[in-house]
Amino acid sequence: MLILECPYCGVHAEETELQAGGEAHLKRFGPGSSDEAFHDYLFLRENPRGVHLERWRHVNGCGKWFHAARCTQTLEVFGTYRAQTSAPPQDIRDKITAKRPGWTWREFEG
Amino acid sequence: MSDAVSALNGAEFNGLAKVVETGLGGMITLRGDLASDRIKAAVKAATGTEVPATRRIAIGAAGAAAWMSPDELLLMVEYDRVGAVVAKLGEDLAGAHHMAVNVSDARACFAVSGPAAREVIAKVAPVDLAPGQFEAGDFRRTRFAQVAGAFWLDEAGVFHIVCFRSVAAYMFNLLSTAAHPHAKVGVYA
Amino acid sequence: MSTRLARQGRLIDRSKQIEFSFNGRKLKGFAGDTLASALLANDQMLVGRSFKYHRPRGLVAAGSEEPNALVGLGVGDRFEPNQRATTTELFSGLIAQSQNHWPSLEFDVGEINSKLFSRFLTAGFYYKMFIHPRPFWKHIYEPFIRQSAGLGKAPDKALKDADNYEHFYFYCDVLVIGGGVAGLQAAKTAAEAGAKVLVLEEKSYWGGRTPVDGGRIDGLEAEAWIARTVAELDAMDNVTLRQRTMGAGVYDHGYILGYERLTDHVPGQGGPRHRLWRIRARQTITATGAIERPLSFAGNDVPGVMLAAAMRDYLVNWGVTPGKKILVATNNDDAYRTAIALHEAGVEVVRLLDTRETGGGALAETVRGLGIRVECGRAIAKVKDGKRVTRVAICAQNGEGGAREEIECDAVAMSGGWSPVVHLWSHCGGKLIWDEAQAHFRPDPERAPTGHDGKAFVVTAGSASGPLGLQAVMADGAAAGARAAEAAGRPAQGVAVIETTEVDEAQMEPVWLMPAKADIGLRMKTWLDYQNDVKVSDVQLAAREGYESVEHTKRYTTLGMATDQGKLSNINGLAILADALGADIPQVGTTTFRPPYHPISMGVIGGEARGEIFQPLRKTPMYDWHDANGAHWEPVGHWRRPYAYLRAGETVDDAVNREVKNTRDNLGLLDASTLGKLIVKGPDAGRFLDMLYTNMMSTLKVGKCRYGLMCSENGFLSDDGVVARLDEETFLCHTTTGGANRIHAHMEEWLQTEWWDWKVYVTNATEQLAQVAVVGPNARKVLEKLNAQAGGGMDLSKEALAFMEWKDGEIGGFQARVYRISFSGELSYEIAVSASEGQAFWSLLIEAGKEFGVMPYGTECLHILRAEKGFIMIGDETDGTVIPQDLGLHWAISKKKEDFLGKRAQERSHMADPDRWQLVGLETVDGSVLPDGAYAVGNGVNGNGQKNTIGRVTSTYYSATLDRGIAMGLVKHGPKRMGEILDFPGLDGKLYQARIVDPVFFDKDGEKQNV
Repeated sequence: MLILECPYCGVHAEETELQAGGEAHLKRFGPGSSDEAFHDYLFLRENPRGVHLERWRHVNGCGKWFHAARCTQTLEVFGTYRAQTSAPPQDIRDKITAKRPGWTWREFEG
Repeated sequence: MSDAVSALNGAEFNGLAKVVETGLGGMITLRGDLASDRIKAAVKAATGTEVPATRRIAIGAAGAAAWMSPDELLLMVEYDRVGAVVAKLGEDLAGAHHMAVNVSDARACFAVSGPAAREVIAKVAPVDLAPGQFEAGDFRRTRFAQVAGAFWLDEAGVFHIVCFRSVAAYMFNLLSTAAHPHAKVGVYA
Repeated sequence: MSTRLARQGRLIDRSKQIEFSFNGRKLKGFAGDTLASALLANDQMLVGRSFKYHRPRGLVAAGSEEPNALVGLGVGDRFEPNQRATTTELFSGLIAQSQNHWPSLEFDVGEINSKLFSRFLTAGFYYKMFIHPRPFWKHIYEPFIRQSAGLGKAPDKALKDADNYEHFYFYCDVLVIGGGVAGLQAAKTAAEAGAKVLVLEEKSYWGGRTPVDGGRIDGLEAEAWIARTVAELDAMDNVTLRQRTMGAGVYDHGYILGYERLTDHVPGQGGPRHRLWRIRARQTITATGAIERPLSFAGNDVPGVMLAAAMRDYLVNWGVTPGKKILVATNNDDAYRTAIALHEAGVEVVRLLDTRETGGGALAETVRGLGIRVECGRAIAKVKDGKRVTRVAICAQNGEGGAREEIECDAVAMSGGWSPVVHLWSHCGGKLIWDEAQAHFRPDPERAPTGHDGKAFVVTAGSASGPLGLQAVMADGAAAGARAAEAAGRPAQGVAVIETTEVDEAQMEPVWLMPAKADIGLRMKTWLDYQNDVKVSDVQLAAREGYESVEHTKRYTTLGMATDQGKLSNINGLAILADALGADIPQVGTTTFRPPYHPISMGVIGGEARGEIFQPLRKTPMYDWHDANGAHWEPVGHWRRPYAYLRAGETVDDAVNREVKNTRDNLGLLDASTLGKLIVKGPDAGRFLDMLYTNMMSTLKVGKCRYGLMCSENGFLSDDGVVARLDEETFLCHTTTGGANRIHAHMEEWLQTEWWDWKVYVTNATEQLAQVAVVGPNARKVLEKLNAQAGGGMDLSKEALAFMEWKDGEIGGFQARVYRISFSGELSYEIAVSASEGQAFWSLLIEAGKEFGVMPYGTECLHILRAEKGFIMIGDETDGTVIPQDLGLHWAISKKKEDFLGKRAQERSHMADPDRWQLVGLETVDGSVLPDGAYAVGNGVNGNGQKNTIGRVTSTYYSATLDRGIAMGLVKHGPKRMGEILDFPGLDGKLYQARIVDPVFFDKDGEKQNV
């Protein structure tokens, strides 16, 4: 059972305090977008073995959404960061690079 | 009206710890920029306290302020004062983006006291209740078995729990079960 | 015969006699006994029958690895099957029953059956059974399997477990699992470094098996050293010691479950029976010891054949011996200790067979010195079948089993070497390496399970690491304690060097089959897995039939799949498999170790969640009144809402119909407190709600209400409700009962993760307010009466408060917010007062309403009233695949707005397809009620030969107002087919016919609500 540190309240929350929210940094496509772009936004998701960026909510806690950079294979957590960003911040990228040199995830890389 | 009643009307259980529904308390959800001077002043005016630090509760002469999230406080004042305090907050914060809502009647409040209080709570909440890890003035939102709740420890060693009113009976029965006289763990008591 | 000796038994108190019963026989034991030791003391060698062949079985082990001695324990609401006699502490009045036999343990029909059916019971039994010929399954195989399968007896389903259970969350730096000498030393080292330490020991005593094996530690006898160390640990503030608590499982990120048995040895004393420790440890030390392996020889399951170390345990710990004339067979030096212990206790050791041509080390000399006959290179050919050991044929180990000599004896001690208990190490991914010298798998410290930081979080200590000698065990314990403390951020000052006394042992010799070239007759009598009745020949057959993977072989043969999870059988089994495949053991590998280490009770998993607190039950402020006034409850999420209020002699249907009529004719009250009430405030609140709702909310005027729809981003209708604008910046959004938390979360999600620069705050104020719908022609009258009684109050006239308006004010002296909204088509006020005053306000309405014919009504009446008006209900007309356009709600979808959640999705080709099923009303031709969920069938059949469907019923009721069945449904091209009659085949075999009509059945012009 995972423990993730909520970047808002600092609690090292176990999974029962959290709610998983799927992939992070999705770019919303709305009216005017192509069928293909909208389809990909709705349905296409990463499913990596290794580095993954995902959303979580501290639902039984401060209620805030945050992002976690995590290895899906070993469950190692590289870091958590606030959700008000459309890309992983540099310090998180550096933490991932330190552990998984050469990592890539969607358009992001180490 | 004077016939306002709390969910369990002051129910009480004595076991390893004493569990009491503490009746109606005045509570206000205040959302806004907690770092702003206007919020600080408004909180001070309402409760007599500073804005609490992260995961802390500040207790003042006229009430208390608890840290709920980076943009939310729970202000606690006397039940009968809530209307006036909400109105005053509205005046003090006019023009500043904020929200002040009376939630007094949406809540049930409990006190858990006695030497085994830490153990009783550690049976139902995934929180380190060891002395030194959770101390007076600490405030934590978490889950109590299957329902959300928040709790803090006061200087007298009494734990205070706040949950939604609709689950008051569940919370009371849960705490009473955890405080069964034969259910001592013997780690903190 | 097995018996209690006059002396020995360090764990029993001979001054405290205890009575218990086994299969109805009254027996006596002592305080400190386990059920197993007490049974042996009473010469109860036969303890059960095996699962498949119903072979007579006796005790093999002394700990939780015991495969045979499973009993049904207790009676009535405390009965539990499959309890191990070896881990059951004896208490006064204990009642145990043996299992898997009929009519009696001594004489069992199944044993005869199994001989008749034995050709079916080989490897792959289930696989082969489940195939043809098919009719055989139902009439022959299944009845037979049902009779013989299933371990133990299920408790009486009419009874509820009499006991209680609980959880406990605990956090520490270092968790030590296992309170043997290595665990204690590790705990001491870590604690002295300043770590917060928790030590779990599954038994009721400390020190593991060292006091039985002997040796001195730090200048003290083992027992004295253990007592001293426990006292030292107990005195430290940073150490918590728990006995009768098993480390059950190791999980991700240092989550460990501990299983504490509080009252199993004192049942009924009150308080929880078991406690589940939910532990988070920075580091976990598994000091779980090692388990002795059986030897694989024919008849190794005959009662009286026992692990050599277990025999020593029974002797030293409880003063019992399984026999008077005992034969010892071994491939290592440790079994010599058993021979010595037996001899010292006055039990005759008739022979010691050592498979090694070169024999044992120093211990062998001691044994010979005692006058015991030791034979090297020798083996057991066969133990004579029966209910206990009587005779053993012996032979050369390196042969086919041609017996040279038969020896009379009444018990056999066997030792096939030792395997570290690696389960907990392996649960979370710790890897193993094959140790050639010891012929066992041991943890590979280089490949430990890793935690949140990518670093190892499990360390093994003592014989769980591999070493068996006392000196190495103690050194490893100290080193493990230091390593764990350091990894937890508490570096030790240095590791103590512990002096021990230890005897040099000769190299063990792997023996996987005894004798090495045993013929098929012997192999078919040579058991690997006692509990699941798997033999050497079964594994060999599996290999011949092409099973190469150890995981496949496990499932095919059921090796290791019983409740003991193959603690004794795994290594022996895979060695046989490796041999049959011509592969090396490490190449074949092990099966996966999964938690729990040993079965834990279902009760403890549920913890406190039973009875009243099985799950949270949400109550409105008027719950008690409803309950006292005939409420027939309906669960709505965790809420309980009255479905209807039953009067004396009424059926539920009667009550519903009465409530419907009365609300239409007079006055009904509905407790609507459960409706979600979300307050949305801020300069961007209007813009935000325009994105959330399909219609325009920003244009709503203060004081007005508007019905709105919310869709998910993929266009499907998700929730609906009335929005009221409270002031320029503030809206109150009503959600469905089930939607309050979900929609609140939905709002927060979009605000926090997409539009985080928008200035909007949301608070869920659902429970702040009690809400009452006052509905019916007399609604205004009762409210005006309340105001008259109070001497004033708000003006509730049509002019002052028109339909779809709201107002704050006083009603009957209560501060209230009143909404003129209607979900019934009647004149209706929804009135919100503070939750703390909800009951008082409700009571006032009931009292004042008497003269107007007031009746409370429940959710079913609510549903019927809305269906009569053709209003949709989220969850009935919607199911996550329905878009507002399907429901004819185009009027609530803004065409002006550039964007809202779901808009783009509703433009997708399938969403805009004119063939989508659309909402219509349905009226049965004969006035009956359509079955809920029934499908309308059209012409032709689909690819599966089923009739094509062209629609389905979404809501269906008996309308007391119209005295006929009414329904709504989604029908292909429905709105264009008004008047057409559709066929709905019912599950009851009847054909229902219904006409497509307008979904508004009652008061089409809305005259009743606009008064």
